[in-house]
Amino acid sequence: MDIINIGRREFFERLVFSLLSLSFPGLLGTEEKDKEKNSIIEKGYDPKAHSWGMGIKIDRCIGCGRCANACKKENDVPPLPFYFRTWVERYIVFEGGEVVVDSPNGGVDGFKRRVLEKRMLRSFFVPKLCNQCANPPCVQVCPTGATFKTDDGVVLVDSEYCIGCEYCIQACPYGSRFLHPETRTAEKCTFCYHRIAKGMVPACVEVCPTQARVFGDRKGRASPLVRFMRMNKIRVLKPYLNTEPRVFYAGLDMEVK
Amino acid sequence: MSIQSRERKILLFLTIPIILTVTIFLIYNSRFMNKIKALVKKMPDQVKRLLIPVILIIAGFIVMRHLLVPSDFGKYGHYRASAVDEIASLEIKYIEHTVCEDCHDDIVQIKHMSYHRNVMCEVCHGPAAAHTQDPDGNQLPAPRERGYCPLCHEYLPSRPTGFPQIVTESHNPRRACISCHDAHDPKPPATPKECEACHAEIARTKALSHHIYLSCTRCHETPEDHKILPRDYHSEKLSNREFCGECHAENALAPKEIPRIDMATHGERYVCWQCHYPHLPEID
Amino acid sequence: MEKLAEHLWPILEQVTGYIYPNEVELYWRILIVIYPYVTGLVAGAFILASLVKVFNVKELQPTYRLSMLTSLAFLIVAPMPLLAHLGHPERAFEIFLTPNRSSAMAMFGFVYIWYLMAVLLLEIWFDYRKDLIIWAKSGKGVKNWIQRIITLFSTDTSERALKFDKKAVKTITIIGIPSAFLLHGYVGFIFGSVKANPWWSSVLMPIVFLFSAMVSGIALVLLIYIVVTLMRGKELIMASLDKLANYLFYTMIVAFSLEALDFIHRIYESEESIEILSQLIEGKLFVSLIVIQFLLGMLLPLLAIASVKLFRLPAELRRHIYFVSALLVQVGIFTTRWNVVIGGQLFSKSFRGLTAYKMTLGGLDGLLTSLAFLILPFVILYILVKILPPWKEARES
Repeated sequence: MDIINIGRREFFERLVFSLLSLSFPGLLGTEEKDKEKNSIIEKGYDPKAHSWGMGIKIDRCIGCGRCANACKKENDVPPLPFYFRTWVERYIVFEGGEVVVDSPNGGVDGFKRRVLEKRMLRSFFVPKLCNQCANPPCVQVCPTGATFKTDDGVVLVDSEYCIGCEYCIQACPYGSRFLHPETRTAEKCTFCYHRIAKGMVPACVEVCPTQARVFGDRKGRASPLVRFMRMNKIRVLKPYLNTEPRVFYAGLDMEVK
Repeated sequence: MSIQSRERKILLFLTIPIILTVTIFLIYNSRFMNKIKALVKKMPDQVKRLLIPVILIIAGFIVMRHLLVPSDFGKYGHYRASAVDEIASLEIKYIEHTVCEDCHDDIVQIKHMSYHRNVMCEVCHGPAAAHTQDPDGNQLPAPRERGYCPLCHEYLPSRPTGFPQIVTESHNPRRACISCHDAHDPKPPATPKECEACHAEIARTKALSHHIYLSCTRCHETPEDHKILPRDYHSEKLSNREFCGECHAENALAPKEIPRIDMATHGERYVCWQCHYPHLPEID
Repeated sequence: MEKLAEHLWPILEQVTGYIYPNEVELYWRILIVIYPYVTGLVAGAFILASLVKVFNVKELQPTYRLSMLTSLAFLIVAPMPLLAHLGHPERAFEIFLTPNRSSAMAMFGFVYIWYLMAVLLLEIWFDYRKDLIIWAKSGKGVKNWIQRIITLFSTDTSERALKFDKKAVKTITIIGIPSAFLLHGYVGFIFGSVKANPWWSSVLMPIVFLFSAMVSGIALVLLIYIVVTLMRGKELIMASLDKLANYLFYTMIVAFSLEALDFIHRIYESEESIEILSQLIEGKLFVSLIVIQFLLGMLLPLLAIASVKLFRLPAELRRHIYFVSALLVQVGIFTTRWNVVIGGQLFSKSFRGLTAYKMTLGGLDGLLTSLAFLILPFVILYILVKILPPWKEARES
């Protein structure tokens, strides 16, 4: 915001027209909106033509952690074990019902074998990330409009506008958000918006060696995501909260919360 | 960002005549003015004094609002529209896998037919966007130490069966993986002779049981090509109870010490392995 | 970067069970505990004063102006811990410019300004106007000039003007009571509407917040009245104290019933989160919840004041019991806020683990700053009392 650079003449212009706008609300201030360059649209990407989502096949995930690793590198996420845009969890269900969950450094360096206290019944890996909900509680509670949902279904954070109140972090049921220690604004997975706007896939999808992560448009026939949703029984995380997540899991276990 | 002159002219032409008309109307309509005068007279002195800071504050707020709200706020929704552009123009670090082929087509051709065909180059070589800008200046690392391949291929009970896993402590300890496996075509240097080369967990379990005396192929019909292309040539699993009855039925022609059951009544609605784990049937 | 996250490594070691990786750092800390405590005092003191005006409770008339000034002093301090906590306090005005209408926090700015300007300042202004004019005339010092400026240079002390003043005060009081409810109730709503957090998400949260606010407000007025009167060397009016203690008692009963209801309801319904929340209450939150909030902050003061009502105790003893009870209540209500804010973040949203909170000593989010924010209202109150003396004696002069 460059209010400091307005000259005196412009200040008075704005003052007068602001007061006049009391009688004609909305007339002023709109002329700049239409003149704004629609930059990503100009470059050929129309958000309205897409509706992004991600599919995750639990039975394919090997817990190698390449996704979490690539995400940190692609998005300059602090390389400390407290800040993750995506991470991998390991679930070990023992005979008798006890469950042990762990995520050492978010899975960024993979997983090591664990000494099992009891006999294991089943075990699997679950990649987690921002669910890019269609009914996002984080957007609902943001006091300033710094976090928002784009026309193509991605929830983004405007780091220039965020005041760092951390309400969105409290409101997210999935723990996908964190406060960046340097910018002191909220941050989370953006589906690598800077990549998908150019026709690429998110970094985590790009590097997954078993294609456990599927990215695509929720609409249309020729989308890998649509095929994923046709061929698998789908579950989402915490459906009872009605956040309408757009990250769909195939083979999700009941122990995953 | 100054007000455009076209809009300025429209405003001037609209507002000034209207304000003039209203003022003239008010001045000459004495009844309305009298009402206003009466209201003002009735208003206590302190309220009149209060109104001044109140009006100033409200006016100040409206002015500040128009000055400080970013001009593109609200264009697409309740957010600053240029934020979308700012985020969309962030630096890309991982390029698409198809780009590698432009220069390294020989390697990509080999990899394309190998077990690693779905493993993207950047999984092992790291983000390559800088390398495409300046190939010689930004050389990519190639992991050669033994620690990297086990990130995917270490045996972990949590990994799905069927994914090739080795127990690193016993699999050619301390030798670099690439001394036997070409990373771009990682098939094992020799076709495994025994099933347990890949199915170690099952073999170890079976070794604790009486079924150690059964070879894997006794129950699992396996084509020879399964050792070379395991995902394309599957081995068979049993489908009926009678097979187990060949040893375990009352009248079976088998060594006496094998436990016998009456096939007609013992769990006749189920197949045997719904209750008995075939690789270690001695446990409950 | 490493320096910024230095404090998180020891917390990582104290994590039990499984928490989402982003949950190691507790985000809303001591400053966010102070804010609902302070606004609670604001709302509580104001509602007490308003009920005095609306229902003409004669015994509490001497405390009316003091309650109003206390409310104002705490209200001035209220947004400070919030600003200190923000990642970008210099952008805080965005809440006024582009409030997100679905966000309870966005409404803070407007509710606060409305309450400050349209309710509290106006009511104090109309109530004090006549006295300010008289005091301003009595001297030429700085204090007198400030008083003249506050009156906005009005000099009208006619019967008509005074009648208008009285009517204005009454009207504003009536508007003010729901406004005070809103000022603190919306804080409860900020927590109560977070469906992601089962410790916070509850229909009762705004009501519980409000009643505990009233409890703390009444207790605060009681404390300040005793302290200030003794400091001025004047006689304590037992009728006022008894009335205050009475109101405190009944409000506490309501507050306690509401909290007990929430507790019983939670245990009865036994939803998914009951396991981890039980772990939380039996472990990390045991001392602050069971011992301080419940036993010391609620049960003990209730029993103490109940014993005053049952047995006819001498005035000297009653004074001491009221004072100690009011102090315990303050500690209890502060701990209530702590248990809500910090407690809600100590367990993971995976319901599988617990993290830890280490409060720092220094720094903007530390103990010393928090103590400063708690002491500052009393400093402001001191200044206000000098400029706008609330004593009966000052009025008569």
